[in-house]
Amino acid sequence: MAVTEDQLKALKDKARRVRIDILKMLTDCGSGHTGGSLSSADIATALYFYKMKYDAKKPNWKGRDHFILSKGHAAPLLYTVLAHAGFIEHAELCTLRKLGSRLQGHPDSKYLPGVEISTGSLGQGLSVANGIALGHKLDKTTNRVYALLGDGELQEGQVWEAAITAAHYKLDNLCAFVDNNGLQIDGPIAKVMGVEPITDKWRAFGWEVLDIDGHDMAKIVAALDRAETVKGKPTMIVCRTVKGKGSKVFEGKVEFHGTTPSKDELEIALKELSEETVCK
Amino acid sequence: MRPFPPVAPSPRHPVGTLLGVNVSQAQQKVATRDAYGDALVSLGKKRNDVVVLDADLSGSTKTGKFAKAFPERFFNIGIAEQDMIGTAAGLSIAGKLPFASTFAVFATGRAWEQVRQSVCYPNLNVKIVASHAGITVGEDGGSHQSVEDIALMRVLPNMTVIVPADGPETLQAIEAVAEYKGPCYVRVGRNKVPTLFGEDYKFKIGKAHVFNEGRDAAIIAAGLMVAEAIKARDILKNEGIDAGVINMSTIKPIDADAVIAAAKRCGAIVTAEEHSIIGGLGGAVAEVLAESSPVPMVRIGVKDTFGTSGDQEGLLKHYGMSAQDIAAAVKEVMRKKSK
Ligand SMILES: Cc1ncc(C[n+]2csc(CCOP(=O)(O)OP(=O)(O)O)c2C)c(N)n1
Ligand SMILES: [Mg+2]
Repeated sequence: MAVTEDQLKALKDKARRVRIDILKMLTDCGSGHTGGSLSSADIATALYFYKMKYDAKKPNWKGRDHFILSKGHAAPLLYTVLAHAGFIEHAELCTLRKLGSRLQGHPDSKYLPGVEISTGSLGQGLSVANGIALGHKLDKTTNRVYALLGDGELQEGQVWEAAITAAHYKLDNLCAFVDNNGLQIDGPIAKVMGVEPITDKWRAFGWEVLDIDGHDMAKIVAALDRAETVKGKPTMIVCRTVKGKGSKVFEGKVEFHGTTPSKDELEIALKELSEETVCK
Repeated sequence: MRPFPPVAPSPRHPVGTLLGVNVSQAQQKVATRDAYGDALVSLGKKRNDVVVLDADLSGSTKTGKFAKAFPERFFNIGIAEQDMIGTAAGLSIAGKLPFASTFAVFATGRAWEQVRQSVCYPNLNVKIVASHAGITVGEDGGSHQSVEDIALMRVLPNMTVIVPADGPETLQAIEAVAEYKGPCYVRVGRNKVPTLFGEDYKFKIGKAHVFNEGRDAAIIAAGLMVAEAIKARDILKNEGIDAGVINMSTIKPIDADAVIAAAKRCGAIVTAEEHSIIGGLGGAVAEVLAESSPVPMVRIGVKDTFGTSGDQEGLLKHYGMSAQDIAAAVKEVMRKKSK
């Protein structure tokens, strides 16, 4: 099923609106992770508004595809797409990180339906995705499992244990993403603890590997389609991205990992985002 | 509410020279993690065997201060806490004095078995100093709020566990663990806390500090809960209740003599910690009391649940850990005593 031009246009616009909501929410809250929410926005938009099967009114519907946000600090992105997809009301977004809110600093499946599993401690999501994929293999069901990892997160040993497991069990119902924005908290990944060559590593671990521009909607969509045709092994889509993508205020700036925009910075960013669609 | 005890300069420690750090101007209110960063820098100046490791959180744990001063002795291991602990163990075998830091939940939880197997079991001279402990981490939420770390570290043979109450005590604790040979866990916090100790204070591993003895009940506290306990004491004083306050900064080995003396003197104990009431300070004090001097006790802390997002003040109230809650616990334990 080839994606139409209209569909692509709508997806790009959705990603634009997702970015706007993320920034409003973070500015309002005054704490949270800006850079990594923005860099993954196009990936999450393609998943929720192009590929995944779900029923927002029945979050635990058995036929659903599963999404694991292994880089749980991108919670503002997840909450925003959940709002756009109808799992929660937009109004709830302003409760982010407040005492008593379902929108915890990191996604918490105890509180919020639509969150597949609580995350926040990096490196654990892919193992959980494997478990879900194995379960569906046992049941001979066709549900698909998606996981999103950070590139810094690849430094966690557990990621590579999970990489071995997924290939060993030939989990072709599993498709994972690396948001390869090149930055972590303490600086550029290449300076802190280099993880390149990422694609070679996953290939060596027995995965089908696609290497794409993570802000090119047509490429993301094509990669998602392609992953469904891969048999006998899991697929890793390495997405080359820009941390903070959406406004010059944040792009490529390591300090915006865990800082939120000021009111002025928000103004500038909203202006940029109202004028143009960020993703290609 | 009365102000905290005044800071008196002492002849032994001329003002501004604790560990070479200028305490006097640095602290009315300082985060213990900041004091840790300062302590590392002055330690690094004194000893060139000191090395520091972090796991992509050097800005938050404040090891970044050391990294800036001594880049060649700083190792950022990346987001790989288990690897960091093993590397620290190796550095200690190579004759270095490693300090390894990350958030408390990752240092003690993620890497627990590495701490057990590669640090405590071979009894290596590794110092683990973890920041962002407890619920006052705040908005990041339960995944990041470590309320189990004291229990996890306390159970390990050979491990010493220290929870400083303020900046000056942190400076001294870091100096003390550097002198001490063997595995140590020091727990520091994210937020600024009131400075309680003056220049005359002398921290000693395993020694509690009695602020005031009290008659009706004794509050044994650690970390930022010491300041809350002092507030509670002052609330109670207005109601004619004489509560003692003890800072139990070394949780292991616990100062059993101080616990027993307080039990004998007051006949009732309240513990207050920014940790689960299971297995931490409350657990350690209960063990001493039950075996040596049984008296009624009430534990203030997180009651067998996880943390949640919120601001510091809201969270302390939410979990029943504010000064008011401690004061109420003192009254409760006094009722138990009179039964
Ligand atoms: C186990 C663990 N260690 C440390 C952290 C603290 N932390 C949160 S985000 C982050 C950096 C993540 O970098 P990356 O995976 O590249 O994410 P992105 O750039 O997409 O935000 C770190 C170290 C954590 N959440 N979990
Ligand atoms: Mg990154």
